[in-house]
Amino acid sequence: MDGIFNKEFVQGCSALGAGIAMIAGLGPGIGQGIAAGQGAAAVGRNPGARGTVMGTMILGQAIAETTGLYSLIVAILLIFVNPWA
Amino acid sequence: MLPVLASQSDDIGTKIGINGYGSFKLFGYRFWITSTHIALLILVIAITVLAILANRVIRKSDPYGKPGICMTIIETIVSFIDNTTMSNMGEKHGGKFRNYIGTLLLFIFFSNISGVFGLRPPTADYGVTFGLAMITFFLIHINGFKYQKMKHITGLFDPIPLTPINIIGEISTPISMSLRLFGNVLCGTVIMGLLYNLLPQFLLILWPGALHVYFDLFSGAIQAYVFTMLTMVFISKNFDE
Repeated sequence: MDGIFNKEFVQGCSALGAGIAMIAGLGPGIGQGIAAGQGAAAVGRNPGARGTVMGTMILGQAIAETTGLYSLIVAILLIFVNPWA
Repeated sequence: MLPVLASQSDDIGTKIGINGYGSFKLFGYRFWITSTHIALLILVIAITVLAILANRVIRKSDPYGKPGICMTIIETIVSFIDNTTMSNMGEKHGGKFRNYIGTLLLFIFFSNISGVFGLRPPTADYGVTFGLAMITFFLIHINGFKYQKMKHITGLFDPIPLTPINIIGEISTPISMSLRLFGNVLCGTVIMGLLYNLLPQFLLILWPGALHVYFDLFSGAIQAYVFTMLTMVFISKNFDE
């Protein structure tokens, strides 16, 4: 970081980095979709177990969301608490 | 306090970030009274008042008559907490933990939905969620030593080549739990803050209520449930054998 002290440049690159970090939202989306599809199939096969299937599905989806939230935290850190900008 | 994106949006950062309202010096450090502390105080007082009211309702209710509306709501909450602890931790150990689990569930739920009432949610501060996750961490290991004695330590070295992975797995439990709760609530806070501050006033009629229902009520309830569920699962994996 010898020659780059331009604040606007660093801020622009941080915004780009935040956008790139949010590409990680793809993975949890696919995973949650698969979980919801399997949950719907399970309810269709056994409608009596709707409550249990729903609870398990939501728990699994919330855990699958974690990686997406990590990327969100990285993006928010880049934009709002960036030490270089 | 969060530094701000750019100079022209100076007011947004103070609205979605943590604000300091005053500071004092102690042992050479400067401590800030922030919006988190104030929201936590309001929340604790509100939960205490609700608990006292619930106690009055329970004491005045007639055990042989028809239960009223308040009594039915209290019974639903208590039996939900009882059922989840009993089914996840077993009949033998569930009774010892239902007080803590119930407190945790109510506290996280009320702090997550406090965005509806105009407070900044205390769980959108990493200090709060990390503290909650550290309580879970110590509960896991105290119960591990209590029920498994020295096997709790030797279990880390179970396949010897995997020792570092086991240790990292134990350490990462509270970090991932706290970051999950923090990220979810912060996401809602940031999105609602951006919406209220960037759109002109005449566009913000009625429809942000739907977003409040999703980000504050739905997401908050799910995350409170997930946090307590993970606490129960991690504690109760020490019980068997």
